[in-house]
Amino acid sequence: MTEPFLSIQHVRKSFGPITVVQDFNLDVEPGEFVSFLGPSGCGKTTVLRMVAGFEEPSAGKIVVAGKDITRLKPNQRNVGMVFQAYALFPNLTVAQNIGFGLKVAGMPKADADRRVAEMLDIIKLPQMGDRYPYQLSGGQQQRIALARAIAPKPKLLLLDEPLSALDAKVRVSLREEIRSIQKKLGITTIFVTHDQEEALSISDRIAVMYGGKAEQVGTPFEIYNRPATKFVANFVGTLNVLEGTVTDAASGKVRVNSQEVSLKGKLNGSKSGDTLSLALRPEAISLGRHPGRDSSLSGEIAEVHFLGSVIRVRVGIGGSTVSLDTFNSPATPPPAVGEKAEISFSSGDMLVLH
Amino acid sequence: MKSGRFWAWIVFALGAAYFFIPLIATVEFSMRMRRGAYSFDAYQVVLGDPRFQATFIYSVVAAIFTIVLGVLVVVPAAYWIRLRLPQLRPVVEFITLLPLVIPAIVIVFGYIRMYGSNSPLPFLASETGANALLVIGYATLALPYMYRAVDTGLRTIDVRTLTEAAQILGAGWGTIITRVILPNVLIAVLSGAFLTFAIVIGEFTMASLLNRPAFGPYLQNVGANRAYEPAALAIIAFAITWGCMSLIQILSRFAPRSANRPN
Repeated sequence: MTEPFLSIQHVRKSFGPITVVQDFNLDVEPGEFVSFLGPSGCGKTTVLRMVAGFEEPSAGKIVVAGKDITRLKPNQRNVGMVFQAYALFPNLTVAQNIGFGLKVAGMPKADADRRVAEMLDIIKLPQMGDRYPYQLSGGQQQRIALARAIAPKPKLLLLDEPLSALDAKVRVSLREEIRSIQKKLGITTIFVTHDQEEALSISDRIAVMYGGKAEQVGTPFEIYNRPATKFVANFVGTLNVLEGTVTDAASGKVRVNSQEVSLKGKLNGSKSGDTLSLALRPEAISLGRHPGRDSSLSGEIAEVHFLGSVIRVRVGIGGSTVSLDTFNSPATPPPAVGEKAEISFSSGDMLVLH
Repeated sequence: MKSGRFWAWIVFALGAAYFFIPLIATVEFSMRMRRGAYSFDAYQVVLGDPRFQATFIYSVVAAIFTIVLGVLVVVPAAYWIRLRLPQLRPVVEFITLLPLVIPAIVIVFGYIRMYGSNSPLPFLASETGANALLVIGYATLALPYMYRAVDTGLRTIDVRTLTEAAQILGAGWGTIITRVILPNVLIAVLSGAFLTFAIVIGEFTMASLLNRPAFGPYLQNVGANRAYEPAALAIIAFAITWGCMSLIQILSRFAPRSANRPN
């Protein structure tokens, strides 16, 4: 096993009586792209700011490349950071902004100029060196901010919601560009976002945060398909949550609205009569019986929304509603509200939430 | 609507008359030194007077030192308060307003008692010390204007994020203030500087009571003993003040535009 490049160990942060980060632990491998994903106030930015040195942990330590940097000042850490509000220096040109860190580090002018030109090429804005920040669009400014952050070849790159202030189209293209530059340079990166699609699409791993703790750390595939907690399951993606009562823990049988379904494997730690929260992703459900889908539930069509290529159907099952999407087929009319319906799914896709 | 505009013009005309008539009268009077004809004789006398030149140069030098002192004290203080101690802003604002409430004569008497030749800090025991004390006093008088100008400038930029962006790129406090903060509030600092200049050039109380050869006491002296020259001097002083104000207006057009305020 390789030595982690960044190791955040038992970090806690309190502001007066309020603890915003509690016992946060994370190891990041060299060259890895890890996202902190969570709602506002979950502590993700505070952890990032502690790694940057803008906040001092109340307890715990932060190690980068084997060196404890917990008490180092931000300007001694050799860390690059991109801010949500761009934070380009308005009085400096694009080239001067990118070269700022190089000049501070005392790099000879010729070398610094070469590095600035290289950075402008990497972010695909080679002709923009003489412009001022106010002459650029939001997307261009954030690319300059990225170039400025990576120009001094930092050990670690921190991205604090860098795409939040941009419009949807630019956001998608820029996130792909950030990922491609990060892969090209092989720089270890921490990316803070509250946008699950962003985190799922570009991360090697995601730390889903809630209430100052990492609820789950895993690959996007694991986070989406095997959420460890109720919060992760609800926060990442769309989820149908049904209440069920255990009828036979040994064989994994559960009753949902008077209908029995089997879960894959035993229900360890549960006994008959216990109430469980069961989760099903919409894409794991089909309308009607289908081969290979070993479980089913009956209900009534509650809502039908025609969205063009997709039809979103909500099926009422007892007191709960299950949402699922079906592809639009011109030969088959969409189901009608009030119709009896059966939904089917694989028992392995039904998750028990803790 | 038309009636409203008519009355607006009337009010404007009355205001302009209130402002310009005394000014025109002073200009007219300053040009009547030669009997029976308008001339610039009074201006020639004033500008040719070696005491005018000496006192004017003294006050200009004092103003420059006051501006430097003001910038050195106010820019880091206002920056630090915005960055780290925002809860202290109302207190600091109140303190910076005190020179407007406390008359200059009270401040200068305090100085004379505190820094007399027998005190532990005998500023008044030497010429240089007295000059330094005058500059410190002027910096105090100009504090409300300088602080407000700089604070307004700081409000237009995201002080915290720019500071953090510079810090993470390896910059220390000196670099942050000189290369990031000061250039972005330079126009505000210049506004404060010109206001300071205008105050110092005409200041009488402090310079007179500290017995300094400044322009203010010279103006008073000439005014008490001559007829036409004081009017010429008043117009010259007025022109200097207006020149400073015009420079503020011109320079503010060159203010660096913030990334967040494209226009």
